[in-house]
Amino acid sequence: MRNFFKKIKKSIKDFLWDVRKKIKIRQRKIGAYLDERNLNIATKFPGWAKALLYLSPALIVLAIFTFWPIFNAFRLVLYEGYNMTDNTITGYTIFGNFIKVINDESFIFPAQHTQGTAIVNTLLIVFISVPISIFLALFISVALNSIKPLKGFFQTIYFLPYVTNTIAIGLVIAYMFKSDGGLINQIFGLGEFSWIERGSEHWSAMFVLIFYSIWGSLAFKIMVFLTSIQGIDKQYYQAASIDATPRRRIFSRITVPLISPMIFYILVTSVIGAFKIYNHIVALFGVTGKPEGVNFTMQSIVMYIYKYIDGGGNNLSIAAAGSLILFSIILILTLVQMQASKKRVHY
Amino acid sequence: MELRLENLTKIFTNKTGTDTTAVDKLDITIESGTLVGLLGPSGCGKSTTLFMIAGLIKPTSGKIFFGDDNVTRLAAEKRGIGLVFQNYALYPHMTVYKNILFPLENMDVARDEAIQRVKDMANLVGIGELLDRKPAQLSGGQQQRVAIARALVKRPRVLLLDEPLSNLDARLRLQMREEIKRIQRETGITTIFVTHDQEEAMSISDKMVVLDFGVQQQYAGPQEMYNNPGNLFVAKFLGNPPINTLESKIKNKYLMINDQKFMKVDLPDGTYDIGMRPENFRAASEDSEMKIEVDIKEIFHIGRDTMIHFDFNDQNMRALVDSDAVTADSKKITLTIKKERVYIFDKKTGKVIDHA
Ligand SMILES: Nc1ncnc2c1ncn2[C@@H]1O[C@H](COP(=O)(O)OP(=O)(O)OP(=O)(O)O)[C@@H](O)[C@H]1O
Ligand SMILES: [Mg+2]
Repeated sequence: MRNFFKKIKKSIKDFLWDVRKKIKIRQRKIGAYLDERNLNIATKFPGWAKALLYLSPALIVLAIFTFWPIFNAFRLVLYEGYNMTDNTITGYTIFGNFIKVINDESFIFPAQHTQGTAIVNTLLIVFISVPISIFLALFISVALNSIKPLKGFFQTIYFLPYVTNTIAIGLVIAYMFKSDGGLINQIFGLGEFSWIERGSEHWSAMFVLIFYSIWGSLAFKIMVFLTSIQGIDKQYYQAASIDATPRRRIFSRITVPLISPMIFYILVTSVIGAFKIYNHIVALFGVTGKPEGVNFTMQSIVMYIYKYIDGGGNNLSIAAAGSLILFSIILILTLVQMQASKKRVHY
Repeated sequence: MELRLENLTKIFTNKTGTDTTAVDKLDITIESGTLVGLLGPSGCGKSTTLFMIAGLIKPTSGKIFFGDDNVTRLAAEKRGIGLVFQNYALYPHMTVYKNILFPLENMDVARDEAIQRVKDMANLVGIGELLDRKPAQLSGGQQQRVAIARALVKRPRVLLLDEPLSNLDARLRLQMREEIKRIQRETGITTIFVTHDQEEAMSISDKMVVLDFGVQQQYAGPQEMYNNPGNLFVAKFLGNPPINTLESKIKNKYLMINDQKFMKVDLPDGTYDIGMRPENFRAASEDSEMKIEVDIKEIFHIGRDTMIHFDFNDQNMRALVDSDAVTADSKKITLTIKKERVYIFDKKTGKVIDHA
């Protein structure tokens, strides 16, 4: 039986080999034929033209779904009194829509008797959850890498959140932080402390949101870090142990620098992702970002933008202004990161 | 510090369950302050032995002693050794300077002193101007010297060098060899120097260990080992040009070569492996005790000496003789060799048989 399968495997491999050979021969013949008639695109076109040809499918998709919308955002932001249904405007403005956004309640400045604004909430998420989740992911991946038994088991556990729906995790988190009999209140003996429901405070809601966003983003980071740590040559660790290097210093002087390109990649993408936070907030606090009976709002910049997209009409210009503000914040921050990383990232 | 290996064995088991015995019951005592060359063909277990001494590989069985301390179970961090890896293992993200400084960061050395030591060491191995470069910007030989500096800078109790000169050119190799020997003498660090270059091992070592398939073949001083090889493997491994080996019969207490009685030996009749070093042959004079006339097949003049090729028992042999012993058109020569320079090995075990 085993021999039989071996034979089949061999004949398949032989067949594939022959096919590959035939294709090669055919290619060469065609190439020679084209060369003779001076028609060979492969050699005739300059390199950049070929590259453009290969890139064109992606470029077309990008143009339709990315560049055109961006262009439209710039267009919309200049309109005043835009009416989507009959496509009319009452005038043009340069800064008008931006000023509206900035002065809007709960964008930069909180509304009366409420805490939290779109900008503040988003920045809190970015500057707290991103660093914490990166550090945590690093530590966990180093720990995971050093355990031998049940390695696969632990790796699966930490990877589970990645394959689980964000909203589903959000519901579980909300359930854990329920005031009435929630897991957290029970474990820490907090009675009926309200984390995110009626009567809760901005800081506690923010705490839960950050907890949730860290947990949700950990899995992917751990996977990336773990893979890159496993790719580090063992000799560096051997050399370090010969030199009596303490674990802490092995981590900071060897592991981290050697995977610094990956850390940087994760940092940049996480910061961008955190700026665009939306799902998490909807899962915990609903589409308005403001549960009933609280004096704060959890809305983020993206939620603010969506709110105005829903509004339609002239509101679209405000949404466009909001998007461009978000875009420029992200752009500036990414440039800053790239500048700052030049010395610290070792390729 | 004395270094002692007792019955040291390492068996690698791969996933399919097959065993490789990389090191087989090694028993060596290395006296304090000596430099021992660990010599053997590729894959004979040299690096594995070194890694066990360093604590990077756990022995399957056997013990390792540093002085009187049994360090077999001691972690690598606590052994206080310096190791030059076969492929350097320099930290790629650190400059040469930081690479050499790194071991000192983990010790209680004052910063000024540490920096001074790094600079001194870098100058010593001749990379003083390269301190700001990354390892990727260095040649193989320069990297190797950085690795040596990194191992030496912490003044280890035991220094382990895994083919530290393999990537250097001939001149630099000679120079570094002497440098290592000098540093070793001055500091008195017990040192193991792995190489597969027998000439290098002979010139640098106080004593040498020859390994084959993880089994210790002989442990002796270089000259001693050269003059009195313990077995056929060692005899073949040492010497350039290599030793002549041939099969030969002993009949009626006489070693027979080309059907002539060549040498009287007090051994039972039978077939033996014989070894004779090319440089031990002489052109025979009138009063030479053992002599044999051979047909010269080829003559090569190599500098001071002349190499001639001829046949013993239909085996090609080489002899280094004085240039004036042969002329370009010599057809025959009568050769002699000292009795104790004819090595007779047991055909089965390869062990040398004392016949003097
Ligand atoms: N991790 C391992 N797993 C299985 N076998 C191994 C392992 N490391 C080494 N070996 C085997 O052990 C033997 C000795 O290897 P070692 O690296 O000590 O040789 P070496 O004498 O240093 O050779 P070289 O001169 O080529 O460096 C080899 O046959 C090798 O294939
Ligand atoms: Mg080796």
